Amino acid sequence: MNPRTARKPRPAPPAAAERPDRITAAFERCRAEHRAALVTYVMGGDPDLATARAMALACVEGGADLVELGVPFSDPIADGPTIQAAAQRALGAGTTLEDVLGIAAAVRARSQVPIALMGYLNPMLAGGVEALVRGCADAGVDALIIPDLLPEEAEVLAPAAAEAGVKLVYLLAPTSNPARVEAAARAATGFLYFVSVTGVTGARHAVAEEIAPLVAAVRARTELPVVIGFGVSTPEQARALGPLADGVVVGSAIVKRIAEGRSRRARAERVKRFVRSLGRALRR
Amino acid sequence: MKTAALPDERGRFGAFGGRFVPETLVPALDELEQAWREARADPAFQAELDELLRRYAGRETPVSEAPRMSADVGGCRVLLKREDLCHTGSHKLNNTLGQILLARRMGKKRIIAETGAGQHGVATATAAALFGLPCEVYQGAVDVERQALNVFRMQLLGARVIPVTAGSATLKDAMNEALRDWVTNVRDTHYIIGSVAGPHPYPAMVRTFQSVIGREARRQVLELAGRLPDAVVACVGGGSNAMGIFSAFVDDAHVDLVAAEAAGLGLSTAKHGASLAKGTPGVLHGSRSYVLQDGHGQIQEAHSISAGLDYPGVGPELAYLKDQGRLTLLPQTDAEALDAFQYLARMEGIIPALESAHAISAARKVARDAGPGGLVLVNVSGRGDKDVEQVRKMLEAAPPPRRTRARAARPATKAKARPRAAARKGGRR
Repeated sequence: MNPRTARKPRPAPPAAAERPDRITAAFERCRAEHRAALVTYVMGGDPDLATARAMALACVEGGADLVELGVPFSDPIADGPTIQAAAQRALGAGTTLEDVLGIAAAVRARSQVPIALMGYLNPMLAGGVEALVRGCADAGVDALIIPDLLPEEAEVLAPAAAEAGVKLVYLLAPTSNPARVEAAARAATGFLYFVSVTGVTGARHAVAEEIAPLVAAVRARTELPVVIGFGVSTPEQARALGPLADGVVVGSAIVKRIAEGRSRRARAERVKRFVRSLGRALRR
Repeated sequence: MKTAALPDERGRFGAFGGRFVPETLVPALDELEQAWREARADPAFQAELDELLRRYAGRETPVSEAPRMSADVGGCRVLLKREDLCHTGSHKLNNTLGQILLARRMGKKRIIAETGAGQHGVATATAAALFGLPCEVYQGAVDVERQALNVFRMQLLGARVIPVTAGSATLKDAMNEALRDWVTNVRDTHYIIGSVAGPHPYPAMVRTFQSVIGREARRQVLELAGRLPDAVVACVGGGSNAMGIFSAFVDDAHVDLVAAEAAGLGLSTAKHGASLAKGTPGVLHGSRSYVLQDGHGQIQEAHSISAGLDYPGVGPELAYLKDQGRLTLLPQTDAEALDAFQYLARMEGIIPALESAHAISAARKVARDAGPGGLVLVNVSGRGDKDVEQVRKMLEAAPPPRRTRARAARPATKAKARPRAAARKGGRR
């Protein structure tokens, strides 16, 4: 464990049942406003911890309804060049899972926005399952999104996550057949993540007409909120896709803006403006 | 322990194996598993594969005596399974012919592969040419440079070689990129994984296609020597040639299965590829196995003189066999492999691949220990033509001592390590 997190004693988290379910509350609020939730992604530690923390907070200030924090991995097989490069920058800065949990804790200290960690199984489990779920609960992380963890392999993590009150989000793809949709819907907690393109993150744009029936088929099989991600990069796309789902995830487009920025303040302004524009698009 | 019963229906070998992939790929893996299951029950498929292996690949490959090596190591009889004589110069074609038949059965229109040394890339390009399918091969940029001959062979065979510059620009990064391609083009593309690694059903399927090596070798050894060998020695990167030959002997408890991983510059350094000897359990490229990783679960860059062993993971079945105590691990350094490369050339007139030279080096030790009356079978998984230029440069840079048991880095191996270090950016170890 990171000595920084170890040194700082935190009050014992409330038991799972009594912890506020920030995820459900956020989706309910958006539904009441007749709009899809805006889910933003930044890579933890990209290009350094302080900047990544500022970017996550900029997303919150820009009106994100749920923030995803990426946990960097050396071999991200589901990611396109933009997020691969972000992971390389974060690892180059020495970022660990504990560091990303630290960013989450900083966001939690300022906001009740739901937080999900997104990353690959190997670095997530390197310190052990108990350390992971305890770290999440302590930092105020609400959910884990692990692209290389399928429902049928999840017994390594699911019981401990449930015990700690940490949701486990599964991904569905355009290639998923009805049986897999049902299995994921049964196993998932919090929400389901529909990968809108057959491909890696940031690779190409989702086309609303193509994915509408696929998302509808998923929503018909679950009570859980369904978010659309992987192929959304502009306010126009967010506006087109929003009505199809309970939420829209924007990742690579934000990461790109962080990579192109100069000063931390300029980057934060740019990210905040962009997130606001996405939020406006979803409200219409 | 009957390992033939493994993996279980979820692709598990004990605690190892399984499927740790993006959801997008699952239907393709299910489709592949079903096609393979149906093909195995289909006599026509088996007949077509057998025919290809016989008339096209040149099977069966012989088991050769190694009389001068036997005398040199003190009288232990050494037998060589000659996969170097298989068409394309290595055992890799056994698997690519099997998988290309499955690809055709599934109606896939495009073939992709990853390659390290280029042996699997060449074997894939060959099978794709034979069946008229377009083929793209991902290869780390570092390997593209050090295996230029195989790059040109793949191009001659009509394949497109895509250099991968990400990460360490070697085999693991080539596999990442191939997986990303597959995630993107999964509907019409078949990914021919070359090792007993990756998500289920690949480890079991590739082992089964490669088990022809062990079936032949077991019979050939019995014919030649009238008994089973005391030890079977194979090099291990991902482990396809090793599982191919071990699978026929794994239930013979008295046959020692010796895995020669890449010890690189030494197991006490960070520059090696010995995932079984020095790795810890983790998830890489779709399955749980032993991997080289740091305390935070970041995959470390492997190092080996041979591109085919330069991989920080290993097939899950080998991880399982290790935990069962069934394997003898005998990692060999770059220097030892380089020495064995020349040794087999001079002693037996066979230039082995640098990968296979690790097995030769380990076999020298095993045979020396076994002594007269011993019987050791070595899998010569490939021929060394592809490595001749690299070895020539290394030997010119530093003529080797007459007889090496060197552990530390010699100038020859350092000269080769330098461009790799330069190609590395921002990675931590």
